[in-house]
Amino acid sequence: MGRIWEGVRRSQIWKSIFRHGAPLTPRNRTLAVLTNFFLHLHPVKIRRSGLRISYTWCMGGITFFLFLVETITGLLLMFYYRPTAELAYADILAMREHVPLGVMREIHRWGAHAMVISVWLHMYRVFLTGSYKPPREFNWNVGVILLVLTLLLSFTGYLLPWDQLAIWAVTIGSNMARATPFLGHEGPGSTLLSLGGVPLIHAGDDARFGLLASRFVGEASLLRFYVLHCVGLPLVAATLMAIHFWRVRKDGGISGPL
Amino acid sequence: MSETPPAPAAPEKTPAERGAGASPAGGAAPKPAGGVDAAPAPPPAASPATPSAPPASPAAPSGSKPAAAPSAPSKPAAGPKTLHGAGGEEEGWTPLHPYPLAPVGAGTTRRGFLSWFTIGWAAFSAASVAGLGALQRFLFPNVTYEPPLSFKAGFPTEYGLGVEEKFKERYGVWIVRESRGFYALSTVCTHLGCTPNWLTAESKFKCPCHGSGFMVTGVNFEGPAPRPLERYKIALAEDGQLLIDKNAKFQKEKGEWDRPGAYLAIPLA
Repeated sequence: MGRIWEGVRRSQIWKSIFRHGAPLTPRNRTLAVLTNFFLHLHPVKIRRSGLRISYTWCMGGITFFLFLVETITGLLLMFYYRPTAELAYADILAMREHVPLGVMREIHRWGAHAMVISVWLHMYRVFLTGSYKPPREFNWNVGVILLVLTLLLSFTGYLLPWDQLAIWAVTIGSNMARATPFLGHEGPGSTLLSLGGVPLIHAGDDARFGLLASRFVGEASLLRFYVLHCVGLPLVAATLMAIHFWRVRKDGGISGPL
Repeated sequence: MSETPPAPAAPEKTPAERGAGASPAGGAAPKPAGGVDAAPAPPPAASPATPSAPPASPAAPSGSKPAAAPSAPSKPAAGPKTLHGAGGEEEGWTPLHPYPLAPVGAGTTRRGFLSWFTIGWAAFSAASVAGLGALQRFLFPNVTYEPPLSFKAGFPTEYGLGVEEKFKERYGVWIVRESRGFYALSTVCTHLGCTPNWLTAESKFKCPCHGSGFMVTGVNFEGPAPRPLERYKIALAEDGQLLIDKNAKFQKEKGEWDRPGAYLAIPLA
């Protein structure tokens, strides 16, 4: 067994991928992290205190794990789900009844709930430990954006089952956009934006319309939310997450105990 | 922006060139033919010559050189020589700027020329911003496949007393027939925007989301709804049908229900 392992390590293929020796020395262990695209986001060394679960609650890591769960289950769901008013709800039912592992959508749903909870707890922990203070204030802001993206992912995913709950919840949720200052047709200042008595901001072109692609929640909204949910928001979130993790390393690892 | 290209060129000039500073501009005149060709040519061609021979500049073939010539006797070959900054210092002067200069006679330094890229970058940035703006417009289609905002709702004689729900699904409108006339109610709950149901037995609109209740007139009387349902403009079309126009809405709390268009008075025959 050991000889086989040794042979693999000496092979051209292995050495082309891992250009350092076995991680048996401190130097090679460092190289293992530094020369790996994924691991290099992570600090090479962390403080012993950083491992204490009572300090971090591991909520950042759990949030990332849940994001991966959502990515994988979401990708699988996309094989069966068609975002049209006619088919969406039927596909949701079919996914449960006609597809092996029909629990996949439930995993996706519960994972989403858990992620919202864990991301809040992560933020709470970071606040309690004062980890938002310099030099980590930039990363705190990245984290705030990631929190908003998580909530937006939740919101856009809410519409996709296309049942009564989904439609009315998003109707109510998107009505908030009516009150956007200047850009919502019922928001403060929107009446100031008019040309010769013709309002520039109305129900047909305000912020809410931009979100829903319609004056009310309809098929165009479903497609728009689907694209945002499956492509747009995850791409932005993944990019910011990479920056977030990398900045943890650059800002000196996670904060120490107070 | 427009003055950036010449500006960087000035501080780069060595003292020697400053003295001759006027002449490159003035001396630009005799360079019509050679000026362009000479600019790239001197560095490789002249550099071997300059260390050995101060009169390298006279030897330079084109009209681009005369500018440097006046300074040449005292400070040999300032123009081409600048490629060797150290050499220049040995000759007794120090370049103000550590970077080499392009041939002065050409009237353009390398850095001066590259500074023109500023305009290029500015244009690129402006185009990018404009492109992003256009992308936002992409999200607002010119045509939506929603039902029209105004529609004809049949002849008044087709209506009996009470709430007509026929147009709720497609247009979001209840048409209510009273003995005095007609009005058109919006089916959007004034609480959070759900669609209430008309409960005939209880003679009220009841919202399933949070329990708001409205009387047949549209006035709220229970639940969280803060104000009455809105009414839409109702009139008679030329052909005698009811014409509902959702572009105009009337809110009771603003006293708009008394305005013309909020109510169509046609007594029940």
